Amino acid sequence: MKIHEYQGKEILRQFGVPTPRGVACFSVDEAVAAAEVLGGALWVVKAQIHAGGRGKGGGVKVARSLDEVRQAAGQILGMHLVTHQTGADGQVVRRLLVEEGAQIAREFYLGMVVDRDSQRVALLASSEGGMEVEEVAKNTPEKIHTLRIDPALGLVDTEAAEVARRIGIPEDSIVRAVTVLQGLYRAFVEKEAMLAEINPLVLTADGRVIGLDAKFNFDSNALFRHPEITAYRDLDEEDPAEIEASKFDLSYISLDGDIACLVNGAGLAMATMDIIKLYGGNPANFLDVGGGATREKVTEAFKLMLKNPNLKAILVNIFGGIMKCDVIAEGIVAAVREVHLSVPLVVRLEGTNVDLGKKILADSGLPIISGADMADAAQKVVAAARGE
Amino acid sequence: MSILIDKNTRVMTQGMTGKVGQFHTLGCLGYANGANCFVAGVTPNKGGQNFEGVPIYNSVLEAKQQTGATVSVIYVPPAYAAAAIDEAVEADLDLVICITEGIPVHDMIRTRDKMKGKRTLLIGPNCPGLITPDEIKIGIMPGHIHKKGRIGVVSRSGTLTYEAVGQLSALGLGQSSCVGIGGDPINGMKHVDILRLFNEDPETDAVIMVGEIGGSDEEACARWIKDNMKKPVVGFIAGITAPAGKRMGHAGAIISGGQGGADTKLAVMEECGIHITRNPADMGRVMKKILGSGK
Repeated sequence: MKIHEYQGKEILRQFGVPTPRGVACFSVDEAVAAAEVLGGALWVVKAQIHAGGRGKGGGVKVARSLDEVRQAAGQILGMHLVTHQTGADGQVVRRLLVEEGAQIAREFYLGMVVDRDSQRVALLASSEGGMEVEEVAKNTPEKIHTLRIDPALGLVDTEAAEVARRIGIPEDSIVRAVTVLQGLYRAFVEKEAMLAEINPLVLTADGRVIGLDAKFNFDSNALFRHPEITAYRDLDEEDPAEIEASKFDLSYISLDGDIACLVNGAGLAMATMDIIKLYGGNPANFLDVGGGATREKVTEAFKLMLKNPNLKAILVNIFGGIMKCDVIAEGIVAAVREVHLSVPLVVRLEGTNVDLGKKILADSGLPIISGADMADAAQKVVAAARGE
Repeated sequence: MSILIDKNTRVMTQGMTGKVGQFHTLGCLGYANGANCFVAGVTPNKGGQNFEGVPIYNSVLEAKQQTGATVSVIYVPPAYAAAAIDEAVEADLDLVICITEGIPVHDMIRTRDKMKGKRTLLIGPNCPGLITPDEIKIGIMPGHIHKKGRIGVVSRSGTLTYEAVGQLSALGLGQSSCVGIGGDPINGMKHVDILRLFNEDPETDAVIMVGEIGGSDEEACARWIKDNMKKPVVGFIAGITAPAGKRMGHAGAIISGGQGGADTKLAVMEECGIHITRNPADMGRVMKKILGSGK
């Protein structure tokens, strides 16, 4: 689960990581009032959306007077901010962060991820702050320093100090940098993050080390013991179809094609998208109904797929293990009767009670196209989507 | 022969008395030699009771001492599952198979760290388990789609494993053992660990390896295959069409930072001599063709 920058900074401060003083705002007037309270002569007005790349898209502006704060806030609030992570439609900006300006001497990159290979938390640090870390990794990999942290020991002083020196933090600021690195690690572990980034981490003109940005992605499987993180969830930042799906315990992701698919199991669901593409079609979604799909779940899944205005056909691909094909077939028939199906439907059933399942579909009198196997079903649904 | 488990394996079930544990224990008891293989259940505070005649013990150690079981399967809910793995490792079992889906990643990091220096092997979590057809099934896969034979199957996904198995069985190609290693980023045995075992198993002639986007385990495995594998391997990677940055159901199935894409994986696998297919419906046919050609 992702959160906003200002929320991430709240967490960082709890773990002793300094950040600029700032206030989250929901209107232009609030932004101006926040700047007045913060005082000083330089402010930064930052769009709060979950996607990265906000600066390039015009979502971050520096203001040198309250009038400029008003102007910047007015421009950013409500804009469709397009970045390399939002897609072409962009994301509407509904929240701002107004911060005091910082006297930046140097910028660094700091990141933390769950590293599969070492089965540990990995700290990534670079002298190349403020840039896309993917670009740095590609062009100058030697500038990224990686430390895989021993979970039993945590991030020890000497290792943290060495990383700080390697990225070029001056000797006078090493202790402060160690505080930041260790604070980020403790936040990462205690709040159970999958990914965290401070980009840029800055060295100020007076030698302080502060987090100018904060990005977190938390493990959704651990949210049950972190109500304080769940409280940060912002539904405006999520796809409405995906929110709806999560209510019914369906795993759903919107894609830009026109052939919807309903599958049991994540791997088979991805493979189903792949085979649609292979035969010349375009998948409209990833949808995993899970191992214990009920009639209600199947019905809700159909409703979700039918909400897509581009929809041309639906493919149901079920390999019933625990899930029995006759139960699924009954679910499909009930769902189709309830939702008023407007596009061709191809169904491929395999596994437990498959003959019974196929009979239920055939006897229903509904115009369901039967697929003999995965390839046959994919070819049929691609043809159906083309109106053949 | 087979890998990891056979009809002589003795298994305890951690979390046998929960709804999921009960359901799948029945399925495992009813498959092949299951009634002789599944000798114990473990549920704290329920020691002395039994389920379908299988005695329940309070701890893994007690179950091991009383029954001689050396393998455990775990259906414990996600919040307690990592602790269940820890207990099995502490009791020095040979093999732990964790079916539970949704274990917090940081729990698994701690559990994997505690396993360092121990001899217990872990399969999963978030996996369907493993099966040696006509001998023993440990996990949630449908037993009836399997057929005894000489092809090994290893996969990160559940139903996609069934798909591969179903295709093989339909073509008359039976399986030696089928292993679901699970879809989580922090897990036990990887593709390469299972391939090593299949390579040494005299009753496995060839292997289907099914991967997914995310991480670099398949690439590491492919390089190992190039240098070591004596038997043909057929490979498929799910997620060619998956967009970057979107988590596809499995916590591990995500392309991030340009890493873990299906095309990269397939290219490395092909370079290393694996017979890849981009069509998930063709895994069985590609295998049949290779075996027929005597390669």
